[in-house]
Amino acid sequence: MRTVIFRSIAPYLTSLMVLFSVFVLLRGHNEPGGGFIGGLIAASALAIYGIACGVAPVRRAIYFHPMAIAAFGLFMAAMAGVLSVFAGVPYMSGLWIYPQIFGAEVALSSVLVFDVGVYLVVVGAISSIALALEERDRD
Amino acid sequence: MAGKSEPLADLSVAYTMDKVPAADWLVAAPVVWCILLGAILLMLRKRTDIQPLVAIPALGILVLMTFALLAHVIQNGTVTMTMGRWLPPFGISFTVDLLGAFFAATSALVALGAGIYGRSDVDDTGRRYGFYPFLLLIMAGILGAFMTGDIFNLYVWFEVLLISSFGLLVLGSERKQLDGAVKYAFLNLVATTLFLVATGYLYGLFGTLNMADITVKASELRGTAPLMTLVTLYLLAFAMKAAAFPVNFWLPASYHTPRLVVSALFAGLLTKVGIYALLRILGMLFPFEREELSFLIAIAAALTMILGVVGALAQNDIRRSLGFLVISGIGVMMAGLALGSPAGLSGAIFYAAHSMVVMTALYFATGIGARLGGSFELTSAGGLYARNAFLAAMTLILFLSVAGLPPFSGLWPKIMLVKASLDIGAWWLAGAILVTGLLTTITVGRIWVLAYWRPAPGEGPATMVPASLSAGATIALAGLVAVTIAAGVWPEPVMALAQDAARGLIDPSAYVLSVFPVEASQ
Repeated sequence: MRTVIFRSIAPYLTSLMVLFSVFVLLRGHNEPGGGFIGGLIAASALAIYGIACGVAPVRRAIYFHPMAIAAFGLFMAAMAGVLSVFAGVPYMSGLWIYPQIFGAEVALSSVLVFDVGVYLVVVGAISSIALALEERDRD
Repeated sequence: MAGKSEPLADLSVAYTMDKVPAADWLVAAPVVWCILLGAILLMLRKRTDIQPLVAIPALGILVLMTFALLAHVIQNGTVTMTMGRWLPPFGISFTVDLLGAFFAATSALVALGAGIYGRSDVDDTGRRYGFYPFLLLIMAGILGAFMTGDIFNLYVWFEVLLISSFGLLVLGSERKQLDGAVKYAFLNLVATTLFLVATGYLYGLFGTLNMADITVKASELRGTAPLMTLVTLYLLAFAMKAAAFPVNFWLPASYHTPRLVVSALFAGLLTKVGIYALLRILGMLFPFEREELSFLIAIAAALTMILGVVGALAQNDIRRSLGFLVISGIGVMMAGLALGSPAGLSGAIFYAAHSMVVMTALYFATGIGARLGGSFELTSAGGLYARNAFLAAMTLILFLSVAGLPPFSGLWPKIMLVKASLDIGAWWLAGAILVTGLLTTITVGRIWVLAYWRPAPGEGPATMVPASLSAGATIALAGLVAVTIAAGVWPEPVMALAQDAARGLIDPSAYVLSVFPVEASQ
């Protein structure tokens, strides 16, 4: 698969897909999208990069081990629920704050934290499997 | 994500508006704690030296949490927390009654033992493959299953513990382990699928998944809905999970292949989750259907215990023998479920807790013995008594306990069950329990005589060198043995706890009241 065309287009494609995955993640609260589907898009972006340029550059690019990324996502998702302790409501309740950023009201919630956690779990777990399979392929 | 600071509608229609008392957080805390620590340990996967230092104190705190929860439930009755503030039955409730809290506390104790024992049993490779993260995550699954008040959520926790158990089974990816894991995975997936099918069917009939809600609605639907079909499906699915005859074949095929501490954990906890689900769903949700099926369950129970112990008697590998003893114990618990009386159910609950502790400890003892004597095979093992009298004594206590001989914890639940079966005239069930006890005594006696008492083959008693045990293994073993002795010589508190838990299953009004406080008081 290491053709010139694919190799030159892959980095742009990958960055575009990762950007799009973040868009899908943030869009997910009120419209179709969310952490799971966003994570799948990001994982496929990494897989494409891996197919085009080899697994080692991907591992260098994401810096952390994919499993550690997944673990951090799990930690974040569980912590998003723990925030409810301080509000005196049951575990996993949605909590909202509405800070003014540059004059516009931005709604931030513990649900978003949870969703980012899911995103990271999916990115980590799927790309861990994908990278392992791509590595085996070359043996 | 445009900001709207005003809520659109009156929230009190969908949300519970009460403040949550801090003590009620104990309901969610153990599971959340396990998931958080599992995640942290997964991030520390490469730091094999730090892992036990984080995991063992974490499991210690887990034990404290679950015992605090048990104390809270004993004092204040069943506690419920419905996730995300949604009102039940729409939100997922965690409802902890005495049964759930008792099993949770016992299983946390066993997990702490496994964590300590694993320090010496699991080498760096096993740790890099994730022994400790999986241990914490499997505990999240087990505790979640014991605490949830929602049937679909119960399914989810079964999946969590199943996936972690796959990971634990193949630590190190050896050929034999993969062979055992494939059988285990396939047959367990079949059982889980049956569970899911039954749950889909249940949702179609009831339109709710909340256990308290189902308990209330079952009496209205009993005349019209095909509840017998549903309950029979559940019985099959959970009997497979619990390894009851005739769907027990996955257990002996896989339990002797993983690392010893993993076998110990599985033998102690996994089948008991199946028993718990049987007690909860057949015992509490559908008592009338259970009554109809009781003869079938009783026959399955009697066959499970007898065939289990006969299987154990026929084995040469000690681990395989113990695997069959686990199955035999499941039969004894099923007998309690078949009886369904307060005495029967409390006997089953007590026996399940006893079995969690004793089976795990027995695997520990066998593992230590194999490390000293060099073998799991009865034909080549020997001389363990001469090598280490302490280990031999501990093992003897556990053997007597598993056979149900006084003064250890196996005696009392068996007495309760035999008495409960004689009370309703089921003399053959009482007979089966007693015969199983006798055969178990012969089985464990054979192991003790051959592996412990007999001098090692090819060695005279004079050449035997005493060997010392590693500190971690000794603490884990001695701790669990202390529990079985304590429950044996002072059984009243445990018995009272089991009886109260059984009463809570038979009369679930407190359970329902805890989930729906307003409706019930109207």
